[in-house]
Amino acid sequence: MMKHIWGLVLAIVGAIALGGVALHRHEPINALWILTAAVCIYLLGYRFYAAWIAARVLCVDPSRATPAERRDNGRDFVPTHRWIVFGHHFAAIAGPGPLVGPTLAAQFGYLPGTLWILVGAVCGGCVQDMTILLLSTRRDGRSLGQMARDELGPLGGLAALIGTLLIMIILIAVLGLVVVNAMKHSPWATSTVFATIPVAILVGLYLRQWRPGRVLEASLLGVALVLGAVLGGGWVDHQPMLRDLFDIAPVPLAGFVIVYGWLAAILPIWLLLAPRDYLSTFLKLGTIALLAIALLIMHPQIKMPAVTQFVDGSGPLFGGKVFPFVFITVACGAVSGFHALVSSGTTPKLIRSEADVRLVGYGSMALESFVAIMAMIAATLLDPGVYFAINAGAGIVGATPDLAVHTISGWGFPVTVAQMQQLAIDMGERTLFARTGGAPSLAVGMASIFGSSFGRGLLSVWYHFAIMFEAVFILTTLDAGTRVGRFMLQDLIGQLWKPFGRTSWYPSVLIASALIVAGWGYFLYIGVIDPNGGVNILWPLFGIANQMLAAIALCVATGIIVKTARPRYACVTLLPLAWLAVITTVAAWQKITSADVHIGFFAAANDLAAKLAAGTLAPAKAAVASQLIFNQRLDGWLTLFFTAVVWLVIADMARMSIRHLRGLPVARSSEVPYQLSRLAPP
Amino acid sequence: MKWPARQLLGNRMRDALAAAWRALRRATGDDAYERYLAHLHLCHPGEPVMTRHVFYDETQKRKWGGVTRCC
Repeated sequence: MMKHIWGLVLAIVGAIALGGVALHRHEPINALWILTAAVCIYLLGYRFYAAWIAARVLCVDPSRATPAERRDNGRDFVPTHRWIVFGHHFAAIAGPGPLVGPTLAAQFGYLPGTLWILVGAVCGGCVQDMTILLLSTRRDGRSLGQMARDELGPLGGLAALIGTLLIMIILIAVLGLVVVNAMKHSPWATSTVFATIPVAILVGLYLRQWRPGRVLEASLLGVALVLGAVLGGGWVDHQPMLRDLFDIAPVPLAGFVIVYGWLAAILPIWLLLAPRDYLSTFLKLGTIALLAIALLIMHPQIKMPAVTQFVDGSGPLFGGKVFPFVFITVACGAVSGFHALVSSGTTPKLIRSEADVRLVGYGSMALESFVAIMAMIAATLLDPGVYFAINAGAGIVGATPDLAVHTISGWGFPVTVAQMQQLAIDMGERTLFARTGGAPSLAVGMASIFGSSFGRGLLSVWYHFAIMFEAVFILTTLDAGTRVGRFMLQDLIGQLWKPFGRTSWYPSVLIASALIVAGWGYFLYIGVIDPNGGVNILWPLFGIANQMLAAIALCVATGIIVKTARPRYACVTLLPLAWLAVITTVAAWQKITSADVHIGFFAAANDLAAKLAAGTLAPAKAAVASQLIFNQRLDGWLTLFFTAVVWLVIADMARMSIRHLRGLPVARSSEVPYQLSRLAPP
Repeated sequence: MKWPARQLLGNRMRDALAAAWRALRRATGDDAYERYLAHLHLCHPGEPVMTRHVFYDETQKRKWGGVTRCC
């Protein structure tokens, strides 16, 4: 009875909050309406939809022993309390994606992005994470690639492997670009981010040589040191000589990031990667909690309109209409294919009881989606004029401050040079114009939230804290991604030439790492020299790749549900799959065939080539034009390849499902047979 | 408040703090080595024991062998 009353209360509060959002049209709305509506929707989704899926579709059975119990070895297979698994899983899936995606999607106004974050998560992303988590738990924690191979066939497995590798490369490039754009010509940000490297090494030595495995002590030490580095960066900023030393242009910064990425991939894990990850996890969880508290205290007004004129496809951050590009851009906050890789692998080996997958799978993703909502609020509480001045590339709005404010004010979002200068001074930066990539505008938003909740005097410190926070875990993703990419490449090449597949053979390590770094380094370099900011090209490519990986994961899930449960229940994963297939295919189609140079890769390449031949380009742009042309064409072909891979997997899944429904033999389910659990029920 | 009641409250508080501390150590992996030792004594008595140092290396290698961080 109490349960029903709770559900009813949630539904009523949620409906009132959504009604508040709906009725406050054409006037500023308070962020609390959105936050309340979001929390109610997640709780309702968790209480009813997730419970129904767990009981009926997945037939979750708490009496069934999990791999953590059956294969308990005190190391990777360990039955663990569900809240601890929840924490680990959330820390693993939460990355920079849900912060950057909504910030970029805010160019359409706050409403389209917010709606997709909510609907996409409750009906798509959370369902995907929970389903893959349970399916992997029933298969001894097998990876998505292995499950695709076992359940669909070799084609599915290969597609999952190649898809993962490519999305990893694009992802690292775009994240590297975000960091470079946040650090370019900013001595404070650059010196702070650089200082995190020796701090991580110090923590690494502490954790391995001096006090092995004392994670808490070492992390506290490290967090204190990086906070000191934020303040130290402010000091550096006031020393003329040091200031010049750390005032670095984008191209050499990209060089630093590339060399750093290669070193991080070949150095021992304990020296840089592992300690950096401890730091970034602590910072990440702490900052997210702080942000939620500060938002409640500040409860800011949203200044961005619900929907802007850029839904027609003329947006300055990236081209393309609201359909399908809002779905591509939000990416990780709603559905992320990458989560399927974490949900199959590490987490299933910790699950104590099958009953925990709802909290761990569905719950973690709901929280991640909530982070995306907070990022959306941080982006839209800025004056829209300021938001566009920070996020639009110089190639779009004009290279000088006067030109930029003129263009942006002309769109109906008034902003002045003096306002931007004052903001830059407040944040301790020289300029905030054309700092594309989302991180700086998010940092300005976070600094305003923290500043107005915990003291305005420290705005510049809050700003650089936010930049450091984003940079630290972007670099963690970069390190970890390069390393995983290296393993995959070694595995892939090792199938052709055995010695290369030995993951600890040093020549293979060096070459495979260099190849992966060269892959993302190329895209990073092109993004840096692109006068339009680069993010406008790379982020949609990443979004398409990530959503396509989700489509592959949902294919695996659908195929298995058709085989093992009632076929009509497969709709639970089939509907999000169909939607993702539609949006990614439409987006890919437009990116490939559109004649609009802001959308179509080939159109942009041809346009640039024609201008180059006619000699009408500015000298600075003409110098890089041939590289930009090649890159646009490459991106076009890459998009085509992604689309082909996804449709192959969908066809494979459909073939298998139809055979099964017609009673023909298919690959047998690789589920581990039932064993009674001896653990006490939770 | 009488003495025994106060003592009871004090005990409860101490227990709660200790439980929170254990949960924190557990969640961060701070107690991983102790748990490994306990598991070894319980399930595989007599088997060779890794040192703290070796155990830490082993843990990191396993942790970073797959996808553990996301976008």
